[in-house]
Parts: sequence; structure tokens; C-alpha cells
Amino acid sequence: MKLDGGQALIRSLELEGVEVMFGLPGGAILPVYDPIIDSSIRHILVRHEQGAGHMAEGYAHATGRPGVAMVTSGPAATNIVTPLCDAYLDSVPMVVITGQVPTGSIGTDAFQECDTTGMTSGITKHNFLVTEAQDIPRTIKEAFHIATTGRPGPVLVDIPKDIVDPRSPNSAMEWSDDVEMDLPGYQPDTSVDPAAIQAAVALMQAAERPVLYIGGGILKARAAEVLRELAELTGFHVVTTLMARGAFPDSHELCLGMPGMHGNFTAVTAMQESDLLIALGSRFDDRVTGRLDGFAVDAKIIHVDIDPAELGKVRRPDVAIQGDCRVAIEAMVELLRVQGVGEADRHAWRSRISGWQERFPLTYEPSVPGEALKPQFVIEKLRDATPDDTIVASGVGQHQMWASQYWTFDHPYTWINSGGLGTMGFSIPAAIGAKAGCPDKTVWAIDGDGCFQMTAQELVTATVENIPIKVALLNNSYLGMVRQWQDMFYDERHSEVFLSKDVPDYKGWAEAMGCFALRVDDPDEVEDAIAQANEVNDRPVVIDFRTEAREKVYPMVASGTTNSDLLVHPSQEDQPR
Amino acid sequence: MTVESEHRNHTLVVTVENKAGVLARVASLFARRAFNIKSLAVAPTDDEGLSRISIVVDGASAPLEQVVNQLNKLINVVHIQDLQPGHAVERELMLVTVTVEPDHRDDIVEKLDRAGGKVMSVGIDAMMLSLVGAPDRIDAFEDFLRPYGILDLQRTGRVALANLDEPID
Ligand SMILES: Cc1ncc(C[n+]2csc(CCOP(=O)(O)OP(=O)(O)O)c2C)c(N)n1
Ligand SMILES: [Mg+2]
Repeated sequence: MKLDGGQALIRSLELEGVEVMFGLPGGAILPVYDPIIDSSIRHILVRHEQGAGHMAEGYAHATGRPGVAMVTSGPAATNIVTPLCDAYLDSVPMVVITGQVPTGSIGTDAFQECDTTGMTSGITKHNFLVTEAQDIPRTIKEAFHIATTGRPGPVLVDIPKDIVDPRSPNSAMEWSDDVEMDLPGYQPDTSVDPAAIQAAVALMQAAERPVLYIGGGILKARAAEVLRELAELTGFHVVTTLMARGAFPDSHELCLGMPGMHGNFTAVTAMQESDLLIALGSRFDDRVTGRLDGFAVDAKIIHVDIDPAELGKVRRPDVAIQGDCRVAIEAMVELLRVQGVGEADRHAWRSRISGWQERFPLTYEPSVPGEALKPQFVIEKLRDATPDDTIVASGVGQHQMWASQYWTFDHPYTWINSGGLGTMGFSIPAAIGAKAGCPDKTVWAIDGDGCFQMTAQELVTATVENIPIKVALLNNSYLGMVRQWQDMFYDERHSEVFLSKDVPDYKGWAEAMGCFALRVDDPDEVEDAIAQANEVNDRPVVIDFRTEAREKVYPMVASGTTNSDLLVHPSQEDQPR
Repeated sequence: MTVESEHRNHTLVVTVENKAGVLARVASLFARRAFNIKSLAVAPTDDEGLSRISIVVDGASAPLEQVVNQLNKLINVVHIQDLQPGHAVERELMLVTVTVEPDHRDDIVEKLDRAGGKVMSVGIDAMMLSLVGAPDRIDAFEDFLRPYGILDLQRTGRVALANLDEPID
């Protein structure tokens, strides 16, 4: 069958099972936008290409299926660089298609030409510049294969205009239903070495102070269930990093919550004092380890990762297991069932842990009627008034840390955030992408006022495309996280962190974008506002919560210090550690 | 180059798909991860779909395992062979033009003969020589020539193959 390249591209996407894609057309990609009209794929027209990229990420986080975005060349390609890098650092499966100037014009500084593959080679798992229409189906197949297998990640496919434009002879191609991938250098290995599993199990049996250190890889491996089996079988405590919140239920008695720079005292300290860290799909990120030479100095390390380059990159493991986390955990469980979980005495460890939990719970001074809201209070109220499988997408800053700390994540794939890159403006488009993929779920974005102003225009997309997300704006009038550092490390000298007390009028702005909007100043109004928001399901909702600007995120490991120097809430400073 | 540092040098023989932009991917990976390249040679292989990149890295300046692991993540990298110091035959080619008074010519030619080199071209007061050899031999010959006055010099990147069971070298 004869097709043109544009038709072949859309057909290839359909064959990959793509149901939703996010994008915005322009000159170079124009020919591909024509066959979309006749396609089964739902195309969501964004207001800025960064939005398309984060939507694709949010979709992928929530559904486990690759997110797809399509944009034109030049400025559109540069606009989507941030989401690509975001997806690269957080291992999000995503395929981005960019238009490119015609093959004959490449390298001539043609209108809207930019070296898209060159620019993105360091922030994609792989990218392709396709030069023949005939290669389109194979390349799309390879792109999805690479994005979704092994350690997932973003793949970019750059498509010159002439190979998709029916007016150009270069777009002619012969469609065939069977295309073979040609990737001689790509064979991700998911199997695990049984000897390494045995060695790991031996360390586990002997450990007196073990901690399961869970990263986002567990979610990518769809391994939450088997992780729970492993935890319950061994009785080992679990910490879930910022990327893994929800991979193990927060309300489970073995869950210690989030470790790291703003982790809770018990999670941080249990890792720090442990004699065995079982790192599953986690990567010893600096935000988790604090100063490396003082990190968990007595701990032996078992490290399971699908990416061999993670093993030993930061901390040398005693047992390195390259492979899929689910396969590895299943093998561990099987062996532990046969051999037992060891005779090691873990009573003292358990009571130390519960002592920390008693002395150092997360805490804040409560909201006082008539005064500004405490952001933690707002999050607790929101948490208690929403279904427990609500998807929460957050921005980056203080509000992100509080959301991660105070929400109770009891289900995998309910927490979506920008961990590795820390991209302000992530939440609204990511929430839209999640809602597009899971229309039956309640999706709340928890956003900061700084972040909101970076990507709020996508609420127009949400209204027009009928994707009713809800936004809890924790509005402290500041770039709060930066202010916190200036408070703590720069003698409270505030430099360029104050936004404005009354501009913009968020309620008016949200209404102008077609949302239902409320503004809440008093703690007594919080519950009612959330109840009203929960009633609205025919358009997006924005609640502008006016929060206390002086509030700080505790605990905190100041940069350059070790996790043992964790700063706790002032009210806990005198507690014995 | 001191003997110690030469001993830390590993030659990575990286077989890659012969496609546009692959060398740039490899080079930018080294730049981004702050791995230093000491020498680089690229050439086709007997399979026209593949090329071979020989990269010399200082095994002490960069964690070699990380270099190899990160390279392996490049989709276009098909195979990596890490040739340990002392376990491979390594060769470079030097082309050099040196000023030589006629009465010194015999010294140089004699030394060159012993090293297995060739005279490529002779001018009134200069000669162009070529020499293939192990990198340290090339270094030594370059040092020997320097007092005469080197006018121009080019060395290729290093290429290498693993030793057979019974090394001849
Ligand atoms: C795109 C981008 N620019 C700058 C930063 C640095 N940064 C981290 S948090 C933060 C403040 C965020 O402010 P806001 O959204 O109001 O959240 P808050 O901390 O006040 O809760 C800034 C500027 C960033 N992470 N991302
Ligand atoms: Mg703020």
C-alpha cells in the first residue's frame, strides 16, 4: 500500500496503541497534522510546547504507558527541551516527535531550523533524525521500544518536512505491516543472576538493622505488590524516596515514609544507622544521601537496578544485581521462603525505630483562625477530603515537600512530581496529562504561586479540552523554597524571592481561563472550599489558598552536611536522638 | 608521558553502528561526564554497517567502569572491548618533518632504520620521516629528533588489538 510519510507516521503511532497525544502544530510538522483529522488518536492542543511535554510525562506516570507529544521545529523543539530533560532524569517513557526543515535545507540555517538531535542527545535516552519516508514506521517502532524497555526514558524523533509532505516526492513510501527493528546495540537485560540473589539473601538474613530503600524504579518495574510481599515476609522497614511515594503504602506499619533532604527524621535516621541498605530501583541521589562520605557509614549495600551504570556510580555495593526489580524481588522472596529470613535479632532495632517515630513525628504549629493558613494544614484537609486513590501532581518548592510529607500515599501511581530536574511549572500540565489518561480518577495539582505562573496557561487547555483537574495553589507570595534558604543560610537577607501580595488576582485569572475558582484566607474556610471544589466536575477548579510565608520545611539536611546533622522542627530540638 | 601514567591508560575499542552523528554522541558523552580522552581513532571495519572507535582513557582520572557503562547505554554502541594496559598491541603512526644538516643525515637514517621507520621525502635541509610503533617508542623517537628541530609533526590516534595467547611484541 502506498502512503505518504505523514500518513505512515500517524498509522505507526496508532499501531503502537497511542490513544492520546499532546501537541501544537507549525510549519515543519504541518503535513502530519492533516492525517490526524482522520485518526482515532485524540490530540490535545496545548498552549505552550513545554505543557505538551509535561502532559505526556503526567500521562506516562499515571498510566504506565508511554506519553506522546508532537511539536514543530525550531522554537517548538527548544520549548520541549525542559520536559525531555525532566523525563530523562526521572526515567519517564515518552516519545516526542519534532518537525524539522526539509532534508535539503538541513545545515543552512533555514527558517526555524535548529539542531534538535544535537541539542537533545544528552537529555534523551536516544534520538533519531529520519531522512527517508520509508524509515518512518521502523523508527517509530524503535522509538517506542527504546522508551519503554530497560530503564525507560524519553526518545525524540525528528522528522524533516519533505518526507511527510504529500507535495514532495520524498514523502512517497510503501507501507508494510511487518517492520523489523534494527537495534544491534540495544538488548536490555532484565534477567538476574541467581548467585547474586543468593548473596543478597545471605546479607538480608544476617542483617540486624535492615532498611528497604525504595526508588522510582519499583514503580517503573510494576513491582509494588511483590515489594509488599518482601517487606511483610522479612518484617524489614521501608523508606520510599520522592520518586517512589506510593510504591509502598504509607499507612503500612513497616513504612517509614520519605528519606532525604526533607525526609522525616525516622526515615533519614533509620537509613543512616542501618547495617544493610537494600536499594531497589533507587540511585543514591545526592538529595537522599546528603554528604556522601557521612552517609550510612555502617551499612552494607545491596543494589538492584536495571541500569548497570547505576551500580557503583555513587556508592559501591556489596552485592550488585543488574536486572528488573520485579524479577529480582520475586527471586529474593522465593529464596527467603525456602531458607527463612535469618536468626538475626532485630528487636532492639525495631524499638529504636518506634522511639524515633514517637519523638520525631512530622510537626508544625497549627493554623490560627484569623491568621494566614498553614500550608501543611491545607494539605491535610485536602488529603482527608479526597478519595484515597486521588492522583496528586505537584510543582517544585516547599509545597512539593509538604505534599510529599503530609499526603498519605497508599497506592502506586498516585504521586507525580519532578524529582530529578526539579522543574517549576510541572504540576498543572502533568496533572492534565494524568487526568487525560485516567479520566475516572480525581486529579489534584498541588502548586506554588511561583510555579503556577510558569505554566498556568495550560488551564485554558484543560477547560477547552474538558479535562477537569483541580488545583490547590499554596500561595505564600514567595519563591518560598529559595526564601527558606535565604532565611537559613543568608541571614534572612531576601534577594528576589518576593513575588507579590496581590498580583496576579489568581481567582480572576483562573476564571478568565474558564475555571471555577475560590480564594481562601481563613483556616475556617478551608474545608468548605474543598467541598465546593469536589462538587465541580465539568471544568477545572483552582483554589487560591493564602498561606503563611514564614513557614519552613522541616526536617532539613542542609547542603554540605551529613544526614546525621538533620535539622528538626524547633519544637523537637531538645529531644534525645 | 611517564611510565606510570602509560600504565594507567586503557584503550577502549568501541564498535558502533556506522551512522551519522555517532562519533558526536560518543564525544559529547565524554565531555558531559567529564571523562578525558587522550587519543581517538575512528575507522571503518570489515562490516560496512559498523565502525570502530579506539579511545585511550586514563584509567585513574575517570572511573573506567563508569566510562564503559555509560558508553554502553548509547544505543548505537554495539560492543566495547577494554584493552588493559600491557595486554594489547598498540600502534601509532608519526609523520614528522625535521631540519637536518646534510652531515647529520646518516645518524638519523640509521636510527630510523633500526626503529623500522621510513624516509618519505628529502629536501635541501629537511627530511620527512614516518614511523609506526608502540606509543612509548614514538615518544622516544620524537624526543631524539627534537634537538635537530622539528618543523612539522602529526601523530595518529592509537589503534589496538588484544594480545594473542603468545604475544610476539
Ligand atoms: C524552572 C525553575 N526555575 C527555578 C527553580 C529554583 N527554585 C526551586 S523552588 C523555587 C521556588 C518555587 O516557588 P513556588 O512555586 O512559589 O513554591 P514554594 O516554594 O513557595 O512553595 C525556585 C525558584 C526551579 N526549581 N525551576
Ligand atoms: Mg510560593
